[in-house]
Amino acid sequence: MARAERRRFPARRLGEPRFIAAVGIGLGLLAVWLALPPIAARAVFWPIFVGVLAVAAGIWSASRSAGRVGWGAVASGLLGVGFGIFAMRASTTNLEGVFVWSTIFASTLRYATPLTFAAIGGMFSERSGVVNIGLEGMMLMGAFFGVWGADKTDSWLLGILIAMLAGIALALVHAIFTISFRAEQIVTGTAVNFLALGITGYVFVSTYGAQGAPTNIPEIPDVSIGFLKNVYFLGPVFGTLNLMIWLSFALLIVSYFVMFKTTVGLRIRSVGEHPRAADTVGISVYRTRYAAVATSGALAALGGAYLSLGFVHTFDQNITGGRGFIALAALIFGKWRPFGAFSAALLFGFSSALGDHLPDFFKQGSALPQLFNALPYVLTIVAVAGVIGRSIPPAAIGRPYTKQ
Amino acid sequence: MSERPVPEPSEPDKAAVPSPAARLAFYQHAGGLVTPLVTMVLAFFIGGLVVLVVTGKNPLSTYKAIFNGSGLNWFFPWISHADRATAAFSLQATLLTTTTLILTGLAVAFAFRCGLFNIGGQGQWAVGSIVGVWVASSFTGMPAVPHILLAVVLAALAGATLASVAGILKATVGAHEVITTIMLNWIVFWSAGYLFGETGPLHSATQAFVPVSSDIASNTHLPVFWGSKVLQGLDVGFFVALAMLLVFWLLLNRTTLGYEVRAVGFNSSAAEYAGISVRRSIFLAMAISGLFAGLAGAVDVLGWEFRIGVDDIQGSTIGFIGIAVALLGRNRAPGIFFAALLFGALINGTSTRNLDPNVFKPELASNLTLMIQGLVLLFVGADVLVIYLWRARSMLKVGRGKREKSR
Repeated sequence: MARAERRRFPARRLGEPRFIAAVGIGLGLLAVWLALPPIAARAVFWPIFVGVLAVAAGIWSASRSAGRVGWGAVASGLLGVGFGIFAMRASTTNLEGVFVWSTIFASTLRYATPLTFAAIGGMFSERSGVVNIGLEGMMLMGAFFGVWGADKTDSWLLGILIAMLAGIALALVHAIFTISFRAEQIVTGTAVNFLALGITGYVFVSTYGAQGAPTNIPEIPDVSIGFLKNVYFLGPVFGTLNLMIWLSFALLIVSYFVMFKTTVGLRIRSVGEHPRAADTVGISVYRTRYAAVATSGALAALGGAYLSLGFVHTFDQNITGGRGFIALAALIFGKWRPFGAFSAALLFGFSSALGDHLPDFFKQGSALPQLFNALPYVLTIVAVAGVIGRSIPPAAIGRPYTKQ
Repeated sequence: MSERPVPEPSEPDKAAVPSPAARLAFYQHAGGLVTPLVTMVLAFFIGGLVVLVVTGKNPLSTYKAIFNGSGLNWFFPWISHADRATAAFSLQATLLTTTTLILTGLAVAFAFRCGLFNIGGQGQWAVGSIVGVWVASSFTGMPAVPHILLAVVLAALAGATLASVAGILKATVGAHEVITTIMLNWIVFWSAGYLFGETGPLHSATQAFVPVSSDIASNTHLPVFWGSKVLQGLDVGFFVALAMLLVFWLLLNRTTLGYEVRAVGFNSSAAEYAGISVRRSIFLAMAISGLFAGLAGAVDVLGWEFRIGVDDIQGSTIGFIGIAVALLGRNRAPGIFFAALLFGALINGTSTRNLDPNVFKPELASNLTLMIQGLVLLFVGADVLVIYLWRARSMLKVGRGKREKSR
């Protein structure tokens, strides 16, 4: 009994470096929070003060054998100071008028959904041992062929199906070259991105010409939940959401279940961790990887289709604009796990939403909020650098398998 | 890249049975030329099919128009005087792009020789442009030569610094350089939006509502040696790029550093046992890579852009094309030159300015270029495929018994 208890509560006394470091990370977050409502401190002093405290805590603990977490606190403190000051630049009057949390959260969900789809798609591919830099291209295929299909067939459902097929087609190109021809996976991924850019751009220009995509394409409908609509705070956030957002929640649970609770998931993971062992027990490494990459193409394309059909309601060349890479970042940040990736997607979506809504209360025409868009990437570098819980990829990732 | 002539595949097999090592060397040398060539032919063939199927145009006449649009017909002695003037104009543009591509290609190739994949050429190029435009548009009192040198050196260092972030992370905590460089690219991408956007710190003093930098001081323009000084003639940056090809070769093949970098690239464990500091090599290889890319940015800004807009950075893929250049050029100096020329010609041959819209729509053609780039990367990455096909060919000729022996 005593032993079990000790295990459940590892020695984590106040003043221990790890604890101090954790406090530092918290202080870093507090520094940003201070600048936002409801506190909305208006003096630059506060975020800097709290941020510096965070950095100090981090350095203190980093120098006392809690390196990783300590540096995390340093990073969080610095980021806290930076973003706290940005938010501080806002004028208070505008801030209260526009800064409604529910709007931000609803917007966060909208931004996060394409990332979620693509990141979970990427999870299937990368868990099976195939790096998928081509997520961006697969999303782009989905975004274009979703619009194209919905326009030609006059049905958003068929549009989504066509989008998925297009994503699978591109994913299969990636699969054939990486799995069968054993090409360098990153090169192929980059190639696939170029191909998608070229193919969608080509078909787009040759089909729709100079006037651009039609604006009257069928859209993916919103789903309203009656009883939620008038609930305080939840109403504006969850009351009316696009069908695809609900679908992404479902996908999250399903993919978690498939990946970690079923034989299929076990096979995918074993192929990605130790293909030779998997092969020895009779799992077809090639077939599993092909299936996983194709799935990733279909899911990334779904994310793209949501972007064009459900969110922006049109298509423009290179509409994804790097979202595939953010999805990849979310996947890595979330340690190749569905809920981790989803949390990261939410975080990145939040930073996009902030970047989107903050201009309203910055000085007119300020470019400062653009920097919020860089936040996901900064965080990902911090994550892969191993500061906040190191992200360790599947063991066999990036290595083509040769059957003996 | 090996410049040896490629013998007919059947010859060496028939004459005498070469040792496995000799055969391997032969395959590698031949592959050095054959793979890129086959790759290109395949890519252009598929691109041509796309033109034929989707647009119904004759691919050959399309390619001819693109070729003429690139200005490469300037080298033909038989074209008319007027055509030659147009071609000269186009060729200058092509060589300007080639200049940048050589440098961004070198940025990818140098890291590659150390076994690192530097996808961050785009960000390093952008940082070079940003620092270049900042230095060249401020300090206006400086004399021309030190000012240019300062701008170029600082820009190159900025590129090196950005790449070193990835290098240091790889060398210390083992963070994968592909992921860190991709992330750094996007950080620069959005930072540029801030820096040159309205109210940004580097925003133009004269154009209040355009997201663009100030113009660089007029004495910092690089001297133009061919063509118009204002309409993007060819500047001495081209020679800088050529010189860097030489530097690249010398550095890799004639210095201890290059030897160590290559050793790490071949087998980092063996290099470690041989007493080479793998971490140091990784760091230096990334930094030098970034140096090349940063230089590319400076040469662009001082040579012909003279100012940088947010779109110039956010709409550019020049660093990514550097990957295709390096891979097609097999990470060797001569190969990179020709690959850069090829992609420079493709990009300019399909630009709205140079391609005859009556023959083929430039908007379509620029997407065709993207597709061809993608296909080239796809096939080059899969050189196993090309070598495999080729080996299969010779096997068919020699027969099955030989195949067993060569195993």
